[in-house]
Amino acid sequence: MTDAHSHQPYVAHHFTDAFQQREAAKLGVWIFLLTEILLFGGLFVAYSVFRAWNPDMFHNAHKFLDVRMGTLNTVVLITSSVTVALAIRAIQLGRKKQTIGLLVATLVLAGVFLVVKYFEYSHKFHLGQLPGKYYTFTGVEGSNPHVFFSIYFAMTGLHGIHVLAGMAVISWALINTMKGKYSSEYFTPIEMAGLYWHLVDMIWIFLFPLFYLVG
Amino acid sequence: MTAESAEHTKHILPLRLYLAVGGALIVLTAVTVAVSFLHFGGWNVVVALSIAAIKATLVAMFFMHLKYDNKLYLFIFIVAVLFLAVFIVFTMFDTMTRDQIYDVKAGPITPDATIYQSNPADTSGTVADSTSVHR
Repeated sequence: MTDAHSHQPYVAHHFTDAFQQREAAKLGVWIFLLTEILLFGGLFVAYSVFRAWNPDMFHNAHKFLDVRMGTLNTVVLITSSVTVALAIRAIQLGRKKQTIGLLVATLVLAGVFLVVKYFEYSHKFHLGQLPGKYYTFTGVEGSNPHVFFSIYFAMTGLHGIHVLAGMAVISWALINTMKGKYSSEYFTPIEMAGLYWHLVDMIWIFLFPLFYLVG
Repeated sequence: MTAESAEHTKHILPLRLYLAVGGALIVLTAVTVAVSFLHFGGWNVVVALSIAAIKATLVAMFFMHLKYDNKLYLFIFIVAVLFLAVFIVFTMFDTMTRDQIYDVKAGPITPDATIYQSNPADTSGTVADSTSVHR
């Protein structure tokens, strides 16, 4: 055990072994994910309250979101979750090239998600379906329709920022994979990036029905 | 110890499992979209959120490995979800039952809030009447 450190340069000196180090990293990431769930939690509460106050307006306003675009983005994000999970499996098996390919595929899918979101947003900007006092659209029946678009932009916008952050983390893991820093023995950073990416996917799994399907 | 840690770090799930879970998530997405075109009144949101909960559970258990990892991480995840539930449910208790204690009714935000004054879209008679003051 004492000479384990010389064989495993990736184990920091304050850890007993690689296993303990990996468990510590996972614990840290899970506590971070807990704070992320509660960060979005505040917005889910706001959504619930606004929706409870304006049920009919929410129903009318949600018809202005494109279900096809939302469904496409859901499928894209789920697929990207599969590719990042498979990238971790590939590095566990020591297949470096496959890992790189799957991480690139994840980044491409994340890019597709943002491009679809860009088209959705620019369409709403064009129609004046903007948050708060910038709202100028007149086609929604019911009171305070801008409230729907305020919470829509707040939640999907924060989620979009998370997609960007996830892409940054995955890019970093990708570069280090290409540099040969990871192996079947040590791949913790890819796994942690994967956990974050799955959370981003999971939040979208809830945003999609709440906005596009039931409004 | 070395054997044990090697076993832990080498917990590799079969390719078929990942593809099956991914396939199930796509199928559930199709189901939730299809079901949204039917009208169950208030049950639509229950059905949609139940399907979303199943999908999130699949992601957490298999993609995030909570089924196989140290159960401490599962505990942290469940704690986060429970706190979120408390956050939502108790806020709704307040906002939906406030009128039983106070003289105000739960309803749309008051139209004379500052944010509405510069908004022409809201002075065109689409706003709720001022009797439904909220705050």
